[in-house]
Amino acid sequence: MRAMVYRGPYRVRVEEKPDPRIEHPNDAIVRVTRAAICGSDLHLYHGMMPDTRVGHTFGHEFIGIVEEVGSSVQNLQVGDKVMVPFNIFCGSCFYCARGLYSNCHNVNANATAVGAIYGYSHTTGGYDGGQAELVRVPFADVGPSIIPDWLDDEDALLMTDALATAYFGAQLAEISEGDTVAVLGAGPIGLYAARSAWLMGAGRVVVIDQLPERLEKARTFAHAETINFNQVDDVVLEMKKQTDHLGFDAVIDAVGAEADGNMTQHLTSARFKLQGGSPIALNWAIDGARKGGVISVMGAYGPIFSSVKFGDALNKGLTLRMNQCPVKRQWPRLLEHIRSGYFKPSDIVTHRIPLEDIAEAYHLFSAKLDGCIKPVIIPDAS
Amino acid sequence: MDTPMERTGHPPVYTHRKPPLPETPEQLRARIPGWGADLDPADRPSYPREIAAETGAHWDLPEPQPEHGERERSMEHGMLTPVFGTAQPLQGLSGVVRRYAYRRHSEGKAAHWLLLLAADRVDVAEHVLRSFATLRPDNPITETGIRAEVKHGSSRFGKGRSDIRHQAIDPVVNGAPWVAGALAAAWAVRRVARRAG
Repeated sequence: MRAMVYRGPYRVRVEEKPDPRIEHPNDAIVRVTRAAICGSDLHLYHGMMPDTRVGHTFGHEFIGIVEEVGSSVQNLQVGDKVMVPFNIFCGSCFYCARGLYSNCHNVNANATAVGAIYGYSHTTGGYDGGQAELVRVPFADVGPSIIPDWLDDEDALLMTDALATAYFGAQLAEISEGDTVAVLGAGPIGLYAARSAWLMGAGRVVVIDQLPERLEKARTFAHAETINFNQVDDVVLEMKKQTDHLGFDAVIDAVGAEADGNMTQHLTSARFKLQGGSPIALNWAIDGARKGGVISVMGAYGPIFSSVKFGDALNKGLTLRMNQCPVKRQWPRLLEHIRSGYFKPSDIVTHRIPLEDIAEAYHLFSAKLDGCIKPVIIPDAS
Repeated sequence: MDTPMERTGHPPVYTHRKPPLPETPEQLRARIPGWGADLDPADRPSYPREIAAETGAHWDLPEPQPEHGERERSMEHGMLTPVFGTAQPLQGLSGVVRRYAYRRHSEGKAAHWLLLLAADRVDVAEHVLRSFATLRPDNPITETGIRAEVKHGSSRFGKGRSDIRHQAIDPVVNGAPWVAGALAAAWAVRRVARRAG
Protein backbone atom coordinates (compact mmCIF):
# COMPACT_ATOMS: atom_id res chain seq x y z
CA MET A 1 0.00 0.00 0.00
CA ARG A 2 0.97 3.64 -0.32
CA ALA A 3 1.47 5.41 2.99
CA MET A 4 2.89 8.58 4.43
CA VAL A 5 6.08 7.86 6.38
CA TYR A 6 8.14 9.96 8.77
CA ARG A 7 11.81 10.27 7.75
CA GLY A 8 12.99 12.73 10.44
CA PRO A 9 12.08 16.17 11.81
CA TYR A 10 10.44 18.27 9.07
CA ARG A 11 10.76 15.41 6.53
CA VAL A 12 8.03 13.02 5.36
CA ARG A 13 7.38 11.14 2.14
CA VAL A 14 5.09 8.53 0.59
CA GLU A 15 6.39 4.98 0.45
CA GLU A 16 5.19 1.55 -0.54
CA LYS A 17 4.64 -0.39 2.70
CA PRO A 18 3.35 -3.91 3.41
CA ASP A 19 -0.44 -4.00 3.84
CA PRO A 20 -1.52 -4.11 7.48
CA ARG A 21 -2.88 -7.49 8.60
CA ILE A 22 -5.27 -8.79 11.25
CA GLU A 23 -3.14 -9.24 14.37
CA HIS A 24 -5.89 -9.82 16.94
CA PRO A 25 -9.31 -11.48 16.53
CA ASN A 26 -11.09 -8.16 17.10
CA ASP A 27 -9.05 -6.22 14.54
CA ALA A 28 -10.41 -4.81 11.31
CA ILE A 29 -8.53 -3.51 8.28
CA VAL A 30 -10.02 -0.28 6.92
CA ARG A 31 -9.41 1.16 3.45
CA VAL A 32 -9.03 4.89 4.10
CA THR A 33 -11.17 7.18 1.97
CA ARG A 34 -10.35 10.47 3.70
CA ALA A 35 -7.76 11.44 6.31
CA ALA A 36 -6.79 14.77 7.83
CA ILE A 37 -3.64 16.32 9.23
CA CYS A 38 -4.19 17.48 12.80
CA GLY A 39 -2.33 20.32 14.47
CA SER A 40 -0.98 17.76 16.92
CA ASP A 41 0.57 15.82 14.01
CA LEU A 42 2.88 18.81 13.68
CA HIS A 43 4.43 18.01 17.07
CA LEU A 44 5.48 14.64 15.61
CA TYR A 45 6.52 16.24 12.34
CA HIS A 46 8.75 18.66 14.24
CA GLY A 47 10.39 15.83 16.21
CA MET A 48 8.99 16.86 19.60
CA MET A 49 7.30 13.62 20.64
CA PRO A 50 9.63 11.04 22.21
CA ASP A 51 9.84 7.66 20.45
CA THR A 52 8.72 8.82 17.04
CA ARG A 53 10.38 6.21 14.84
CA VAL A 54 11.49 6.62 11.27
CA GLY A 55 9.01 4.81 9.02
CA HIS A 56 6.02 5.65 11.23
CA THR A 57 2.80 6.51 9.42
CA PHE A 58 0.96 9.41 11.04
CA GLY A 59 -2.76 10.11 10.95
CA HIS A 60 -5.37 9.76 13.70
CA GLU A 61 -8.24 11.43 11.85
CA PHE A 62 -9.64 9.15 9.15
CA ILE A 63 -12.72 7.46 7.77
CA GLY A 64 -12.92 4.52 5.39
CA ILE A 65 -14.47 1.25 4.30
CA VAL A 66 -14.05 -2.01 6.18
CA GLU A 67 -11.88 -4.28 4.05
CA GLU A 68 -11.39 -7.24 6.38
CA VAL A 69 -12.51 -8.24 9.89
CA GLY A 70 -11.03 -10.56 12.53
CA SER A 71 -12.72 -13.75 13.73
CA SER A 72 -14.38 -12.22 16.82
CA VAL A 73 -15.76 -9.05 15.21
CA GLN A 74 -19.57 -8.94 15.56
CA ASN A 75 -20.58 -5.32 14.94
CA LEU A 76 -18.93 -4.56 11.60
CA GLN A 77 -18.98 -6.20 8.19
CA VAL A 78 -16.80 -5.93 5.13
CA GLY A 79 -18.02 -2.96 3.10
CA ASP A 80 -19.27 -0.89 6.04
CA LYS A 81 -18.36 2.79 5.81
CA VAL A 82 -16.96 3.80 9.17
CA MET A 83 -15.61 6.73 11.12
CA VAL A 84 -12.87 5.78 13.56
CA PRO A 85 -12.22 7.73 16.77
CA PHE A 86 -8.60 8.73 17.24
CA ASN A 87 -8.50 6.78 20.52
CA ILE A 88 -7.76 3.06 20.40
CA PHE A 89 -9.62 1.53 23.34
CA CYS A 90 -10.65 -1.90 24.59
CA GLY A 91 -14.03 -1.03 26.08
CA SER A 92 -13.57 -3.18 29.18
CA CYS A 93 -10.69 -1.97 31.36
CA PHE A 94 -11.04 0.09 34.56
CA TYR A 95 -10.98 3.33 32.56
CA CYS A 96 -13.14 2.32 29.60
CA ALA A 97 -15.79 0.94 31.95
CA ARG A 98 -16.04 4.47 33.38
CA GLY A 99 -16.25 6.22 30.03
CA LEU A 100 -12.61 7.38 30.02
CA TYR A 101 -11.86 5.82 26.63
CA SER A 102 -8.87 8.02 25.96
CA ASN A 103 -7.20 6.61 29.08
CA CYS A 104 -7.59 2.92 28.14
CA HIS A 105 -5.09 0.71 29.98
CA ASN A 106 -5.09 -2.27 27.62
CA VAL A 107 -3.75 -0.83 24.40
CA ASN A 108 -0.55 1.11 25.03
CA ALA A 109 2.33 -1.10 26.11
CA ASN A 110 4.80 1.78 25.85
CA ALA A 111 3.31 4.12 28.43
CA THR A 112 0.81 4.33 31.24
CA ALA A 113 0.78 8.14 31.10
CA VAL A 114 -1.28 8.20 27.90
CA GLY A 115 -3.73 5.92 26.10
CA ALA A 116 -3.27 4.72 22.54
CA ILE A 117 -3.66 6.90 19.46
CA TYR A 118 -3.40 5.95 15.79
CA GLY A 119 -0.22 7.11 14.11
CA TYR A 120 1.10 9.10 17.03
CA SER A 121 4.52 7.58 17.85
CA HIS A 122 5.35 4.61 20.03
CA THR A 123 4.73 6.71 23.12
CA THR A 124 1.04 6.30 22.30
CA GLY A 125 1.30 2.63 21.47
CA GLY A 126 3.16 2.19 18.20
CA TYR A 127 0.19 1.88 15.85
CA ASP A 128 0.55 3.12 12.28
CA GLY A 129 -2.01 5.77 11.36
CA GLY A 130 -4.52 6.58 8.68
CA GLN A 131 -2.58 8.81 6.27
CA ALA A 132 -2.33 5.72 4.10
CA GLU A 133 -4.44 3.53 1.87
CA LEU A 134 -5.04 0.93 4.59
CA VAL A 135 -4.94 0.91 8.38
CA ARG A 136 -5.23 -1.67 11.15
CA VAL A 137 -8.13 -0.82 13.50
CA PRO A 138 -7.95 -2.71 16.83
CA PHE A 139 -11.15 -3.42 18.80
CA ALA A 140 -13.39 -3.05 15.80
CA ASP A 141 -16.45 -3.85 17.92
CA VAL A 142 -15.72 -0.92 20.24
CA GLY A 143 -14.14 2.02 18.40
CA PRO A 144 -15.53 2.58 14.90
CA SER A 145 -19.14 3.51 14.07
CA ILE A 146 -20.97 3.19 10.79
CA ILE A 147 -21.37 6.63 9.21
CA PRO A 148 -25.07 7.60 8.99
CA ASP A 149 -26.32 7.96 5.39
CA TRP A 150 -27.20 11.61 5.91
CA LEU A 151 -23.75 12.65 7.14
CA ASP A 152 -21.21 14.06 4.67
CA ASP A 153 -17.85 12.28 4.48
CA GLU A 154 -15.87 15.33 5.53
CA ASP A 155 -18.24 16.06 8.41
CA ALA A 156 -17.72 12.47 9.56
CA LEU A 157 -13.96 12.86 9.18
CA LEU A 158 -13.94 15.89 11.47
CA MET A 159 -15.95 13.98 14.09
CA THR A 160 -13.01 11.60 14.59
CA ASP A 161 -11.01 14.21 16.48
CA ALA A 162 -11.19 17.95 15.83
CA LEU A 163 -14.88 18.62 16.44
CA ALA A 164 -15.19 16.07 19.24
CA THR A 165 -12.09 17.38 21.01
CA ALA A 166 -13.23 20.99 20.80
CA TYR A 167 -16.72 20.15 22.04
CA PHE A 168 -15.17 18.16 24.90
CA GLY A 169 -12.87 21.11 25.67
CA ALA A 170 -15.82 23.45 26.04
CA GLN A 171 -17.42 20.96 28.43
CA LEU A 172 -14.29 20.84 30.57
CA ALA A 173 -14.45 24.64 30.84
CA GLU A 174 -17.58 24.12 32.98
CA ILE A 175 -19.38 27.02 31.32
CA SER A 176 -22.48 28.43 33.01
CA GLU A 177 -24.97 30.84 31.46
CA GLY A 178 -23.42 34.25 30.91
CA ASP A 179 -19.82 33.18 31.47
CA THR A 180 -17.04 35.01 29.68
CA VAL A 181 -14.90 32.54 27.72
CA ALA A 182 -11.51 33.12 26.13
CA VAL A 183 -10.23 30.66 23.55
CA LEU A 184 -6.50 30.68 22.87
CA GLY A 185 -5.81 29.60 19.30
CA ALA A 186 -8.02 29.93 16.23
CA GLY A 187 -7.10 26.66 14.59
CA PRO A 188 -9.73 23.96 14.08
CA ILE A 189 -9.98 23.11 17.79
CA GLY A 190 -10.20 26.75 18.85
CA LEU A 191 -12.83 27.58 16.25
CA TYR A 192 -15.03 24.62 17.17
CA ALA A 193 -14.47 25.22 20.89
CA ALA A 194 -15.69 28.79 20.47
CA ARG A 195 -18.81 27.52 18.68
CA SER A 196 -19.32 24.92 21.40
CA ALA A 197 -18.99 27.51 24.18
CA TRP A 198 -22.07 29.28 22.82
CA LEU A 199 -24.03 26.01 22.96
CA MET A 200 -23.24 25.86 26.67
CA GLY A 201 -24.59 29.34 27.23
CA ALA A 202 -21.51 31.56 27.18
CA GLY A 203 -22.24 35.28 27.44
CA ARG A 204 -19.09 36.35 25.60
CA VAL A 205 -16.55 34.39 23.58
CA VAL A 206 -13.20 35.97 22.71
CA VAL A 207 -10.72 34.14 20.45
CA ILE A 208 -7.02 35.03 20.63
CA ASP A 209 -4.53 34.28 17.84
CA GLN A 210 -2.07 36.08 15.58
CA LEU A 211 -3.17 35.05 12.07
CA PRO A 212 -5.59 37.53 10.49
CA GLU A 213 -7.30 34.92 8.31
CA ARG A 214 -7.95 32.67 11.31
CA LEU A 215 -9.23 35.56 13.41
CA GLU A 216 -11.57 36.45 10.56
CA LYS A 217 -12.83 32.86 10.64
CA ALA A 218 -13.34 33.20 14.40
CA ARG A 219 -15.57 36.21 13.80
CA THR A 220 -17.60 34.71 10.94
CA PHE A 221 -17.65 30.96 11.65
CA ALA A 222 -17.54 31.10 15.47
CA HIS A 223 -19.43 34.40 16.01
CA ALA A 224 -16.69 35.45 18.44
CA GLU A 225 -14.85 38.64 19.34
CA THR A 226 -11.13 38.48 18.62
CA ILE A 227 -7.77 39.72 19.91
CA ASN A 228 -4.66 39.63 17.71
CA PHE A 229 -1.90 39.17 20.29
CA ASN A 230 0.62 40.75 17.95
CA GLN A 231 -1.37 43.97 17.95
CA VAL A 232 -1.43 44.45 21.72
CA ASP A 233 1.52 45.09 24.00
CA ASP A 234 0.54 42.59 26.63
CA VAL A 235 -2.11 40.00 25.89
CA VAL A 236 -2.79 39.15 29.55
CA LEU A 237 -3.36 42.81 30.34
CA GLU A 238 -5.65 43.03 27.33
CA MET A 239 -7.63 40.03 28.62
CA LYS A 240 -8.06 41.85 31.92
CA LYS A 241 -9.10 45.09 30.24
CA GLN A 242 -11.65 43.23 28.13
CA THR A 243 -13.29 41.87 31.28
CA ASP A 244 -13.34 45.05 33.38
CA HIS A 245 -10.17 43.83 35.16
CA LEU A 246 -11.83 40.64 36.41
CA GLY A 247 -10.35 38.09 34.02
CA PHE A 248 -12.25 35.44 32.08
CA ASP A 249 -14.52 32.94 33.83
CA ALA A 250 -13.11 30.20 31.63
CA VAL A 251 -10.14 29.93 29.29
CA ILE A 252 -9.64 27.16 26.76
CA ASP A 253 -6.08 26.42 25.62
CA ALA A 254 -6.43 25.25 22.03
CA VAL A 255 -2.77 25.81 21.15
CA GLY A 256 -0.52 23.40 22.97
CA ALA A 257 3.12 22.49 22.65
CA GLU A 258 4.28 24.84 19.91
CA ALA A 259 2.79 28.08 21.07
CA ASP A 260 4.51 31.16 19.72
CA GLY A 261 4.55 34.66 21.14
CA ASN A 262 7.51 34.33 23.51
CA MET A 263 10.86 33.72 21.85
CA THR A 264 12.58 32.03 24.83
CA GLN A 265 9.76 29.62 25.53
CA HIS A 266 9.28 28.81 21.85
CA LEU A 267 12.97 28.15 21.21
CA THR A 268 13.54 26.04 24.34
CA SER A 269 10.53 23.87 23.58
CA ALA A 270 9.59 23.74 19.90
CA ARG A 271 13.15 24.14 18.62
CA PHE A 272 15.57 22.77 21.23
CA LYS A 273 13.05 20.21 22.65
CA LEU A 274 14.11 21.03 26.21
CA GLN A 275 10.50 21.23 27.38
CA GLY A 276 7.54 18.95 26.79
CA GLY A 277 5.85 21.88 25.17
CA SER A 278 5.92 25.65 25.01
CA PRO A 279 3.70 26.76 27.89
CA ILE A 280 3.02 30.24 26.48
CA ALA A 281 -0.68 29.67 25.85
CA LEU A 282 -1.13 27.80 29.11
CA ASN A 283 0.52 30.60 31.07
CA TRP A 284 -1.61 33.21 29.31
CA ALA A 285 -4.65 31.11 30.23
CA ILE A 286 -3.62 30.96 33.87
CA ASP A 287 -2.91 34.68 34.05
CA GLY A 288 -5.89 35.74 31.94
CA ALA A 289 -8.50 33.79 33.91
CA ARG A 290 -10.30 35.28 36.85
CA LYS A 291 -9.59 34.00 40.34
CA GLY A 292 -11.65 30.85 40.87
CA GLY A 293 -11.94 30.41 37.10
CA VAL A 294 -11.55 27.28 35.02
CA ILE A 295 -8.82 26.39 32.53
CA SER A 296 -9.56 23.72 29.95
CA VAL A 297 -6.46 22.37 28.24
CA MET A 298 -7.07 20.91 24.79
CA GLY A 299 -3.71 21.78 23.27
CA ALA A 300 -1.39 18.77 23.19
CA TYR A 301 1.78 18.65 25.29
CA GLY A 302 4.56 16.06 25.41
CA PRO A 303 5.51 13.97 28.45
CA ILE A 304 8.56 16.05 29.44
CA PHE A 305 8.28 18.88 31.97
CA SER A 306 7.18 22.39 30.93
CA SER A 307 7.73 25.64 32.80
CA VAL A 308 4.12 26.27 33.73
CA LYS A 309 3.27 29.13 36.13
CA PHE A 310 1.80 26.78 38.65
CA GLY A 311 2.04 29.23 41.55
CA ASP A 312 -0.34 31.61 39.83
CA ALA A 313 -2.78 28.77 39.24
CA LEU A 314 -2.61 27.83 42.90
CA ASN A 315 -2.91 31.33 44.30
CA LYS A 316 -5.83 32.16 42.02
CA GLY A 317 -7.70 29.04 43.03
CA LEU A 318 -8.07 27.91 39.44
CA THR A 319 -9.58 24.65 38.34
CA LEU A 320 -7.43 23.03 35.66
CA ARG A 321 -9.22 20.39 33.61
CA MET A 322 -7.76 18.41 30.76
CA ASN A 323 -7.66 15.08 29.01
CA GLN A 324 -7.43 13.59 25.58
CA CYS A 325 -11.01 13.53 24.34
CA PRO A 326 -12.99 10.30 24.72
CA VAL A 327 -14.28 10.79 21.19
CA LYS A 328 -17.00 8.19 20.90
CA ARG A 329 -18.74 9.52 24.00
CA GLN A 330 -19.32 12.82 22.18
CA TRP A 331 -20.82 11.38 19.00
CA PRO A 332 -24.52 10.90 19.82
CA ARG A 333 -24.95 14.50 21.02
CA LEU A 334 -22.73 15.91 18.26
CA LEU A 335 -24.79 14.13 15.61
CA GLU A 336 -27.89 15.80 17.08
CA HIS A 337 -26.20 19.19 16.87
CA ILE A 338 -25.13 18.62 13.26
CA ARG A 339 -28.66 17.53 12.31
CA SER A 340 -30.03 20.62 14.04
CA GLY A 341 -27.71 22.78 11.95
CA TYR A 342 -25.69 24.04 14.91
CA PHE A 343 -22.48 22.66 13.41
CA LYS A 344 -21.26 22.20 9.85
CA PRO A 345 -17.86 20.70 10.66
CA SER A 346 -16.41 20.73 7.15
CA ASP A 347 -16.79 24.51 6.91
CA ILE A 348 -13.25 24.85 8.21
CA VAL A 349 -11.61 22.60 5.60
CA THR A 350 -9.37 24.81 3.48
CA HIS A 351 -7.25 22.35 1.47
CA ARG A 352 -7.78 18.93 -0.11
CA ILE A 353 -4.48 17.30 -1.07
CA PRO A 354 -3.59 13.92 -2.65
CA LEU A 355 -1.60 11.53 -0.46
CA GLU A 356 1.21 11.63 -3.01
CA ASP A 357 1.77 15.32 -2.14
CA ILE A 358 1.98 14.65 1.61
CA ALA A 359 5.31 16.45 2.10
CA GLU A 360 3.93 19.66 0.65
CA ALA A 361 0.75 19.25 2.70
CA TYR A 362 2.76 19.08 5.92
CA HIS A 363 4.88 22.09 5.03
CA LEU A 364 1.83 24.09 3.98
CA PHE A 365 0.07 23.36 7.27
CA SER A 366 3.16 23.71 9.45
CA ALA A 367 4.20 27.07 7.98
CA LYS A 368 0.53 28.17 7.84
CA LEU A 369 0.81 29.14 4.19
CA ASP A 370 -2.08 30.05 1.93
CA GLY A 371 -4.52 30.55 4.80
CA CYS A 372 -4.39 26.84 5.62
CA ILE A 373 -6.61 25.92 8.57
CA LYS A 374 -7.50 22.28 7.93
CA PRO A 375 -5.94 20.09 5.22
CA VAL A 376 -7.71 16.89 4.16
CA ILE A 377 -5.71 14.06 2.59
CA ILE A 378 -7.17 11.97 -0.22
CA PRO A 379 -5.44 8.56 -0.39
CA ASP A 380 -6.88 7.56 -3.76
CA ALA A 381 -6.93 10.87 -5.58
CA SER A 382 -7.00 9.16 -8.98
CA MET B 1 -23.24 53.32 26.09
CA ASP B 2 -21.09 54.34 29.03
CA THR B 3 -18.96 51.60 30.47
CA PRO B 4 -19.59 50.62 34.10
CA MET B 5 -16.32 52.34 34.99
CA GLU B 6 -17.36 55.58 33.30
CA ARG B 7 -20.65 55.53 35.19
CA THR B 8 -19.24 54.73 38.61
CA GLY B 9 -15.58 55.77 38.50
CA HIS B 10 -14.42 52.25 39.31
CA PRO B 11 -14.60 48.84 37.60
CA PRO B 12 -17.41 46.68 38.99
CA VAL B 13 -14.97 43.95 40.04
CA TYR B 14 -14.11 46.02 43.10
CA THR B 15 -17.71 45.58 44.25
CA HIS B 16 -19.73 42.33 44.43
CA ARG B 17 -21.12 42.92 40.95
CA LYS B 18 -20.12 40.96 37.88
CA PRO B 19 -19.35 43.13 34.82
CA PRO B 20 -22.41 43.40 32.58
CA LEU B 21 -22.54 41.48 29.31
CA PRO B 22 -22.98 43.28 25.97
CA GLU B 23 -25.88 41.04 24.91
CA THR B 24 -28.85 39.46 26.69
CA PRO B 25 -29.55 35.71 26.44
CA GLU B 26 -32.43 36.50 24.08
CA GLN B 27 -30.15 38.46 21.77
CA LEU B 28 -27.55 35.69 21.84
CA ARG B 29 -30.16 33.02 21.10
CA ALA B 30 -31.35 35.05 18.11
CA ARG B 31 -27.83 35.68 16.78
CA ILE B 32 -26.08 32.35 17.35
CA PRO B 33 -27.43 29.00 16.09
CA GLY B 34 -27.89 26.60 19.00
CA TRP B 35 -27.05 29.09 21.74
CA GLY B 36 -27.82 27.45 25.09
CA ALA B 37 -28.68 24.01 23.63
CA ASP B 38 -26.34 22.41 26.17
CA LEU B 39 -27.02 24.85 28.99
CA ASP B 40 -28.07 21.98 31.23
CA PRO B 41 -24.91 20.04 32.18
CA ALA B 42 -26.97 16.84 31.96
CA ASP B 43 -27.02 17.36 28.17
CA ARG B 44 -23.22 17.42 28.01
CA PRO B 45 -21.81 14.00 27.07
CA SER B 46 -18.80 14.23 29.36
CA TYR B 47 -20.79 15.24 32.42
CA PRO B 48 -20.23 13.73 34.88
CA ARG B 49 -16.67 12.79 34.14
CA GLU B 50 -17.13 9.11 34.95
CA ILE B 51 -20.13 7.05 33.90
CA ALA B 52 -21.05 3.37 33.64
CA ALA B 53 -20.23 2.98 29.94
CA GLU B 54 -21.77 0.57 27.43
CA THR B 55 -18.99 0.08 24.91
CA GLY B 56 -19.81 -2.98 22.83
CA ALA B 57 -17.00 -4.99 24.40
CA HIS B 58 -17.92 -8.68 24.72
CA TRP B 59 -15.01 -9.66 26.95
CA ASP B 60 -13.80 -8.89 30.43
CA LEU B 61 -10.10 -9.04 29.62
CA PRO B 62 -9.41 -9.03 25.88
CA GLU B 63 -7.70 -12.14 24.61
CA PRO B 64 -3.99 -11.49 24.11
CA GLN B 65 -2.56 -10.53 20.76
CA PRO B 66 0.09 -13.06 19.68
CA GLU B 67 3.64 -11.84 20.22
CA HIS B 68 6.12 -12.23 17.41
CA GLY B 69 9.49 -11.31 18.84
CA GLU B 70 10.47 -8.80 21.46
CA ARG B 71 7.93 -6.14 22.47
CA GLU B 72 9.22 -3.37 24.73
CA ARG B 73 6.91 -2.06 27.43
CA SER B 74 6.81 0.59 30.11
CA MET B 75 8.04 -0.82 33.42
CA GLU B 76 5.03 0.90 35.03
CA HIS B 77 2.77 -1.70 33.38
CA GLY B 78 2.18 -4.89 35.35
CA MET B 79 2.17 -6.95 32.14
CA LEU B 80 2.29 -6.57 28.40
CA THR B 81 -1.02 -5.05 27.34
CA PRO B 82 -3.40 -7.51 25.61
CA VAL B 83 -3.19 -5.47 22.41
CA PHE B 84 -0.22 -3.49 21.21
CA GLY B 85 1.15 -1.74 18.16
CA THR B 86 3.62 -3.49 15.87
CA ALA B 87 4.46 -0.60 13.57
CA GLN B 88 8.24 -0.22 13.89
CA PRO B 89 9.97 -2.81 16.11
CA LEU B 90 13.22 -1.94 17.87
CA GLN B 91 16.24 -2.14 15.60
CA GLY B 92 19.79 -0.87 15.26
CA LEU B 93 21.62 1.40 17.68
CA SER B 94 18.47 3.43 18.30
CA GLY B 95 16.81 0.18 19.35
CA VAL B 96 19.55 -0.42 21.90
CA VAL B 97 19.01 3.04 23.42
CA ARG B 98 15.23 2.65 23.41
CA ARG B 99 15.39 -0.82 24.97
CA TYR B 100 17.59 0.61 27.75
CA ALA B 101 15.18 3.53 28.31
CA TYR B 102 12.23 1.15 28.68
CA ARG B 103 14.03 -1.40 30.86
CA ARG B 104 15.91 0.97 33.12
CA HIS B 105 13.71 4.01 33.69
CA SER B 106 10.05 4.47 34.58
CA GLU B 107 7.96 7.16 32.89
CA GLY B 108 8.38 9.20 36.04
CA LYS B 109 12.03 9.84 35.26
CA ALA B 110 13.20 12.51 32.84
CA ALA B 111 15.96 10.12 31.76
CA HIS B 112 13.35 7.82 30.21
CA TRP B 113 12.03 10.50 27.91
CA LEU B 114 15.35 12.18 27.17
CA LEU B 115 16.87 8.84 26.17
CA LEU B 116 13.91 8.19 23.87
CA LEU B 117 14.37 11.64 22.29
CA ALA B 118 18.10 10.94 21.85
CA ALA B 119 17.27 7.57 20.28
CA ASP B 120 14.97 9.36 17.84
CA ARG B 121 17.92 11.40 16.57
CA VAL B 122 20.11 8.29 16.32
CA ASP B 123 17.27 6.56 14.43
CA VAL B 124 17.14 9.40 11.89
CA ALA B 125 20.92 9.34 11.36
CA GLU B 126 20.85 5.56 10.90
CA HIS B 127 18.08 5.77 8.34
CA VAL B 128 19.69 8.64 6.43
CA LEU B 129 22.89 6.63 6.10
CA ARG B 130 20.99 3.47 5.20
CA SER B 131 18.98 5.33 2.56
CA PHE B 132 22.16 6.05 0.61
CA ALA B 133 22.48 2.31 0.01
CA THR B 134 19.00 2.22 -1.56
CA LEU B 135 17.54 3.38 -4.86
CA ARG B 136 15.70 6.12 -2.97
CA PRO B 137 18.09 8.11 -0.78
CA ASP B 138 16.64 10.79 1.50
CA ASN B 139 15.96 13.96 -0.42
CA PRO B 140 15.64 17.12 1.69
CA ILE B 141 14.01 19.03 -1.18
CA THR B 142 11.09 16.69 -1.75
CA GLU B 143 10.75 15.45 1.83
CA THR B 144 10.54 18.89 3.45
CA GLY B 145 7.78 19.90 1.04
CA ILE B 146 9.59 23.18 0.52
CA ARG B 147 8.04 23.40 -2.96
CA ALA B 148 4.82 24.43 -1.24
CA GLU B 149 6.52 27.82 -0.70
CA VAL B 150 6.64 28.30 -4.45
CA LYS B 151 3.21 26.88 -5.15
CA HIS B 152 1.43 28.88 -2.51
CA GLY B 153 3.67 31.94 -2.26
CA SER B 154 5.24 33.41 0.83
CA SER B 155 1.88 34.33 2.30
CA ARG B 156 3.28 34.50 5.83
CA PHE B 157 5.10 37.78 5.32
CA GLY B 158 3.76 41.24 6.02
CA LYS B 159 1.28 40.06 8.64
CA GLY B 160 3.32 40.62 11.79
CA ARG B 161 3.46 36.93 12.62
CA SER B 162 5.67 36.15 15.61
CA ASP B 163 7.09 33.02 13.95
CA ILE B 164 8.77 35.25 11.35
CA ARG B 165 10.98 36.67 14.10
CA HIS B 166 12.80 33.43 14.76
CA GLN B 167 12.64 31.92 11.28
CA ALA B 168 16.04 33.33 10.41
CA ILE B 169 17.70 31.18 13.06
CA ASP B 170 15.45 28.12 12.61
CA PRO B 171 17.73 26.55 9.97
CA VAL B 172 20.68 27.02 12.33
CA VAL B 173 18.84 25.36 15.20
CA ASN B 174 17.52 22.53 13.05
CA GLY B 175 20.79 22.03 11.20
CA ALA B 176 23.10 22.23 14.23
CA PRO B 177 22.83 18.53 15.17
CA TRP B 178 23.72 17.56 11.60
CA VAL B 179 26.72 19.87 11.51
CA ALA B 180 27.86 18.63 14.94
CA GLY B 181 27.46 15.04 13.77
CA ALA B 182 29.44 15.69 10.59
CA LEU B 183 32.24 17.39 12.54
CA ALA B 184 32.38 14.53 15.03
CA ALA B 185 32.53 12.00 12.18
CA ALA B 186 35.30 13.96 10.43
CA TRP B 187 37.24 14.19 13.67
CA ALA B 188 36.87 10.43 14.24
CA VAL B 189 37.97 9.60 10.69
CA ARG B 190 41.04 11.86 10.97
CA ARG B 191 42.00 10.29 14.26
CA VAL B 192 41.69 6.76 12.87
CA ALA B 193 43.63 7.78 9.76
CA ARG B 194 46.43 9.27 11.86
CA ARG B 195 46.72 6.14 13.97
CA ALA B 196 46.76 3.98 10.86
CA GLY B 197 49.40 6.25 9.29
